[in-house]
Amino acid sequence: MNDYAIELDGVCKSYRFFDLDNISLQLARGTIMGLIGPNGAGKSTTIRILMGLVRQDRGEIRALGRRMPEEQASAKRDIGFASDDMRLYDGMTVGWHMNFMKSIYQSWDGDYAQLLLKRFGLRAEQKIKGLSHGQRVKATLLLVLARRPKLLVLDEPTTGLDPVARHEILYELTGVMADEGRSILFSSQNTQDVEQISDRITFIDRGRIIDSMDKEAYLERWRRLRLEAPAGVALPALPGVIGIRQTGRLAVVIANEFAPELPSAYESSGARVHAVENMTLEEIFVANVERSREGVTV
Amino acid sequence: MDSAFVISQADKRPIYLQIMEQIRQRVAVGDWVAEQAIPSIRQLAVDIGVSVITVKRAYLELEREGIIVTHQGKGSFVSPDSEVGTRIREEELARHLDQAARSAALLGISQKDLEKRIRESYERVTDAEKESV
Repeated sequence: MNDYAIELDGVCKSYRFFDLDNISLQLARGTIMGLIGPNGAGKSTTIRILMGLVRQDRGEIRALGRRMPEEQASAKRDIGFASDDMRLYDGMTVGWHMNFMKSIYQSWDGDYAQLLLKRFGLRAEQKIKGLSHGQRVKATLLLVLARRPKLLVLDEPTTGLDPVARHEILYELTGVMADEGRSILFSSQNTQDVEQISDRITFIDRGRIIDSMDKEAYLERWRRLRLEAPAGVALPALPGVIGIRQTGRLAVVIANEFAPELPSAYESSGARVHAVENMTLEEIFVANVERSREGVTV
Repeated sequence: MDSAFVISQADKRPIYLQIMEQIRQRVAVGDWVAEQAIPSIRQLAVDIGVSVITVKRAYLELEREGIIVTHQGKGSFVSPDSEVGTRIREEELARHLDQAARSAALLGISQKDLEKRIRESYERVTDAEKESV
């Protein structure tokens, strides 16, 4: 047993119009990682490779210390995986699925399953066929959560859910972390969800990892400075700055490697610092993608 | 979420700062008293529904401010300083006063004028409170 729930090392996969390029990341046991990135960035492909559903061209993968895809049969006893394209049996009820999972997995927690059923507003006698999209997502998550797996891998678990359902799911996911031995990897388009519940953030764009680090450290690195420059003076791009927008005297500076000296450095170049602001993950996401789209390397 | 902590998206501050402030408030109003055991980092993260690393950061900063202490293997506690609640309220007042002084300096208001305005403000507020009783 090592300390990582997930290890990807130099994972590559080529498709005709898309390459997953040298993906390396680690998820320590007992932590939650949020995988973010624009549509088509490679989040789902990464997850599918991790789960052994797609075979990598190159690179090493371990899930709970077991090599993937070679040892996936034993690894998957301890991994709960849920994605949008998971098939439930349309003609069968939620309760039938619960019994089915119970017959396969020794770790099935019947009491917790009943509790989730109530919290998610589902009924055991409902047929899958009659469920709304949101109910179907909740049923899928119930079936995975009640197994109490050591590792949860969730592809977009909150997409398409109403705010109440989203909060229920997020609450259940953070609840999982009460047990220090359990870990979660989830992808999401919702940066608020990721900002709220992740310990670690991995940012993917165009098949490559842009950043993978502790969430607090990541948010701390980014700042927005609101400055006033003397008339006619263009502000310099100081180290750590990735963007400057200046209209007249007022300027907004975005730093992705913020250092405490930055505001005073701008003051010594003649500007006045009106504010130094934290950025939300959503704002960082947009700034990051815009930068990569412009092809600017920093 | 079964906790009275509120993490709001309307609040522009990072989540760890929101948690810090709500812990400070609990100590300031005396809900959490000196030496009292407080939830573990993991427990509070689960109760609020936020990540462990965020609560850890809030606790570390509060330790640095001397508001809580963490004993290896025993958990976290409110500082043994019995004046900790008062200290938090004093510090908050000092922050507001600093802010007022900064705004006044920016607007070119003299120290004397600021003092006069604070006196007036104090009278206004205490009068309003007398009336509302």
